[in-house]
Amino acid sequence: MAASTDTTAATPSSTLRHASGNILAFFILLLIGVLAFSIRLFSVIKYESVIHEFDPYFNYRVTQFLTKSGVYDFWNWFDDRTWYPLGRVIGGTVYPGLTLTAGTMWKVLQMLNIPLSVETVCVFTAPVFSAFAAWATYLLTKEVKGIGAGLTAAVLLAMVPSYISRSVAGSYDNEAVAIFALIFTFYLYIKTLNTGSLFYATLNSMAYFYMVCSWGGYTFIINLIPMHVLLCIVTGRYSPRLYIAYAPLVVLGTLMAALVPVVGFNAVMTSEHFASFLVFIIIHVVALAYYIKGILSPKMFKVAVTLVVSVGLVVCCAVVAVLIAVVASSPTKGWSGRSLSLLDPTYASKYIPIIASVSEHQPPTWPSYFMDINILAFLVPAGIIACFSPLSDASSFVILYIVMSAYFSGVMVRLMLVFAPAACIMSGIALSEAFDVFTRSIKFYAFQAVDTVSASTVSPQNNVVETDKKEDVLKERPSRKNKKKEKETVEKPLKKSETEKRPLILPVEASAIALFLTVLLGAFYVVHSVWAAAEAYSAPSIVLTSHTRGGLHVFDDFREAYAWLSHNTHVDDKVASWWDYGYQTTAMANRTVIVDNNTWNNTHIATVGTAMSSPEKAAWEIFNSLDVKYVLVVFGGLVGYSSDDINKFLWMVRIGGGVFPHIKEPDYLRDGQYRIDSQATPTMLNSLMYKLSYFRFVETDGGKGYDRVRGTEIGKKHFKLTHFEEVFTTHHWMVRIYKLKPQRNRIRGKTKKSRSSKTSSTKTRTITKKNPWH
Amino acid sequence: MAKISIATVFIASISLLLTLTHSFSTENPTDRRILVLLDDIALKSSHSIFFNSLQSRGFELDFKLSDDPKIALQRYGQYLYDGLILFSPTTERFGGSLDVAAVLDFVDSGKDLIVAADASASDLIRSIAAECGVDFDEDPSAVVIDHGSYAVSGTEGDHTLIAADDFVKSDVLLGSTKIEAPVLFKGIGHSLNPANSLVLKVLSASPSAYSANPKSKLSTPPSLSGSSISLVSVVQARNNARAVFSGSLDLFSNKFFKSPVQKAGSSNKYAKSGNEQFVTELSKWVFHERGHLKAVNVKHHRVGETDEPAIYRINDDLEYSVEIYEWSGSSWEPYVANDVQVQFYMMSPYVLKTMSTDKKGLYHASFKVPDVYGVFQFKVEYQRLGYTSLSLAKQIPVRPFRHNEYERFIPTAFPYYGASFSTMAAFFIFSFVYLYSK
Repeated sequence: MAASTDTTAATPSSTLRHASGNILAFFILLLIGVLAFSIRLFSVIKYESVIHEFDPYFNYRVTQFLTKSGVYDFWNWFDDRTWYPLGRVIGGTVYPGLTLTAGTMWKVLQMLNIPLSVETVCVFTAPVFSAFAAWATYLLTKEVKGIGAGLTAAVLLAMVPSYISRSVAGSYDNEAVAIFALIFTFYLYIKTLNTGSLFYATLNSMAYFYMVCSWGGYTFIINLIPMHVLLCIVTGRYSPRLYIAYAPLVVLGTLMAALVPVVGFNAVMTSEHFASFLVFIIIHVVALAYYIKGILSPKMFKVAVTLVVSVGLVVCCAVVAVLIAVVASSPTKGWSGRSLSLLDPTYASKYIPIIASVSEHQPPTWPSYFMDINILAFLVPAGIIACFSPLSDASSFVILYIVMSAYFSGVMVRLMLVFAPAACIMSGIALSEAFDVFTRSIKFYAFQAVDTVSASTVSPQNNVVETDKKEDVLKERPSRKNKKKEKETVEKPLKKSETEKRPLILPVEASAIALFLTVLLGAFYVVHSVWAAAEAYSAPSIVLTSHTRGGLHVFDDFREAYAWLSHNTHVDDKVASWWDYGYQTTAMANRTVIVDNNTWNNTHIATVGTAMSSPEKAAWEIFNSLDVKYVLVVFGGLVGYSSDDINKFLWMVRIGGGVFPHIKEPDYLRDGQYRIDSQATPTMLNSLMYKLSYFRFVETDGGKGYDRVRGTEIGKKHFKLTHFEEVFTTHHWMVRIYKLKPQRNRIRGKTKKSRSSKTSSTKTRTITKKNPWH
Repeated sequence: MAKISIATVFIASISLLLTLTHSFSTENPTDRRILVLLDDIALKSSHSIFFNSLQSRGFELDFKLSDDPKIALQRYGQYLYDGLILFSPTTERFGGSLDVAAVLDFVDSGKDLIVAADASASDLIRSIAAECGVDFDEDPSAVVIDHGSYAVSGTEGDHTLIAADDFVKSDVLLGSTKIEAPVLFKGIGHSLNPANSLVLKVLSASPSAYSANPKSKLSTPPSLSGSSISLVSVVQARNNARAVFSGSLDLFSNKFFKSPVQKAGSSNKYAKSGNEQFVTELSKWVFHERGHLKAVNVKHHRVGETDEPAIYRINDDLEYSVEIYEWSGSSWEPYVANDVQVQFYMMSPYVLKTMSTDKKGLYHASFKVPDVYGVFQFKVEYQRLGYTSLSLAKQIPVRPFRHNEYERFIPTAFPYYGASFSTMAAFFIFSFVYLYSK
């Protein structure tokens, strides 16, 4: 039997097969890398080589600064062009991993005399790193279930839509490198766990350090690994390898994490990291217990245990009490808002509107699972079952990984990204196991003439369709092959018993049909992924397109507006907009903004939200006190661009009202709804956002004022602006820029003319009233 | 012929250019060319003392009848005049292209204005005044009557000739010489919105004054009464354009200038009214011969350095200096005051310091940057009665410490250094002993 020959010592023919298999695997991996890279180029081909969306523009700007000024200036960079007038210490508040990576890549390319622009390097960083991530997935899965599963998982990851959505060319965001770092850290952890090598443990700490540099999601690692360690200890799987895999990671990893300015003392002070320290203590206690158990006689050991437990309990209670007291003394219990909203999904919507307002922080819908991981959603359970047979340290880790990430992805749609690699690994294992069974069955029947005995052993199992049982038996072949010597010695008795069992053989017709169906399933996945990459996730969101009868229509309003700002305003002018557009304004228009996508100061954002929800005069005063010259609003009513400021307006009101209580949300609601039609409340119709969005809108369609996003006619059609003047509106009216009118040169008295008496009297009040912000 | 006409146009434009260079500028703020609009050419002689005093001070006066169709304030977007005197209270419509909006644009571009109304003031004049914040009594027949402090004259009269002596106390507006004699006034009163910070009463009526039609019996309480009635007011717009509004055209007349005055109830009899001094001093102010400040040479640097840095660090010691000069009519003189303050401002002033002066125009302050980083501004907001307002703002970012600007070793932390190094040493020894002891 094929299986039995594999288990025996390597014969010359199997070495040859091994070698050719390795070469094949190498080329397959190479192709997977090419696939991962090239599937992400749709955005460049269909649009152009630009940075996408919002955050990538900030990262791009930071990278530009880094390449121009060097690492030390970057570290100490105080940016006076954002969060005016507070400024932002970029060096201390940014995860530098991505920037340093791209900066280094650019430097290296320069040294090789390849004169690529910084922008090009930034655009292609994400595709390059997704190839790396695919390879890291291969390594990780290989550690768990062997080469076959590894290759399958890698190819799945190379084109999983969820990951594509964050790593298309131009999507220059932290996640682009962080997913690679995440998978690679897990790989090194498993590698250390399997080998017990201190070398890999050190590498693991460094990979963890890279992850900490790259993304705030590193807390996932520093909580998942301790959980796995705890799981191993509880299930009696403690071994020196586990200790080596864990203890250096905590010590070195925490030390190195504290070196990243944005983390700093958080690495030892916030609750996100406490789990790792607690488990660190536990693993030492357990290690000590095992050590003592080894040198003491069983009876003595029992005595020692009772002694230690009684003393230890007291100490533990004291420590825990102190810890709880310390943690409870902080208002958020030591957890950051984002972490809390992970533990309690309703937390953000109750307390922190600024987190809840971000669409990627919302819980996902069911269709989004199918959209983002497609067939993997169905394969994951099979993979989990495959991991249970046999359950090793590595496979238990992967199971824990998928369970935790599945929960987190259910809380925040953004964390689907963490779930996707786990799903790929599981599906890779499942698919690989299935292929294994089917091809083996076919091979078996092809050689049936030679070996008739085995056929009879299989027949009773024929009626059992694909269940866990059969996968159970199949597993050990690939996994065993790749494990190092120590591992094999540990699991030798286990394996011995399993080799007794016969591998599952299915009827040839069933195998052939199942094989065909599985391949078809895979084909659907490929088709879906390519479609997702080409159509759904490649839009850069600063350039929009629409297909009409007349052909392709391009909406390039954002860049038009930013170019206008950079050419027509003074370099020190301040531009106010909702925070979404802050990064783009600083990066593309090079103008100072009041708030941006780094939402570190809620009060400042609330100030802008309040201004946007206030009547013109009050808004003018707020903006003037912040030295704002221009106000930028995004308006989609003309072309039907639905993520415009009117649709975001409820968050402006909510966030503004959270800090400044005179903004009351019910004032803007009619029957619990935000409306801008004739049913809208007067507060709504007088708010600055309404006025700036719909100013002169009625002129566009001959007096109707029909808003294509909201699908209604607007409530107030004809009005004039008193404190703002329109200076620029883009081609499709998507971005409108207004200038604050200067204070009037003269103050009018009462005029006799009835025509203007009303307006002039209000005006007098307007101006003479002392600006409360001064 | 065509050539000649082109040549004349050319010469005319050259001469225009030459006159333009002489006109109002930031370096030479006094007005030069003034358009005087009269509704009666006789006013030119009846008010000649006032006009002559202006001409003797170097102003070019251009007299036009207010309905002259050729009146134009600007040509090719350039103003032809630096100042405008409207001695045409009865005019309902100006000739040429001039209207209320044009006059207000003239003011908004920083030019100056003198408006004299009268008992028969037209809506045109009233609306110009109202746009500047001066509300003449809406009753067209009302004039200011004061039975308490009228000017004593031969006939009893109806007490509409007032001897007013309630001046604003400001040297910069009315000169340093005190006006001894009361000012004769005959005309309409106006009121100011007390919340309006740009207008100022220069000559107020006495508490016993009221505004009513002297010929009819007073049936309802007068809308304006007491010292809230302003007789002459000045406006300084935000762009430092200045304007004078007077309810009386006769105030500027030769007759009033020379007339002796005795205020009712007072035994002091003056041979000459205060009108000439009052009007002359006020015209000096309105045409920027006085009270015009400029701030130049704003400098700031760290203590001990001379170059202006692009960014400060928290807790830096810095020096800020600015030079302030006042225009004397012919040259810039150092402005001396002890109340000029500089703010180091980020949403609110973090530092507010009175600057010391060397009496030669240089103001100077040195202070420590607060322990807060952000984008700050050096602000000087200097607003004093009668003076042009100075509003300087200079943006400067303040950064936190660099990573290597902190102290490397802190004495209080030596126990910790000792602890960590001794642990390291102990660990090394322990490993050595453990590994090689057998």
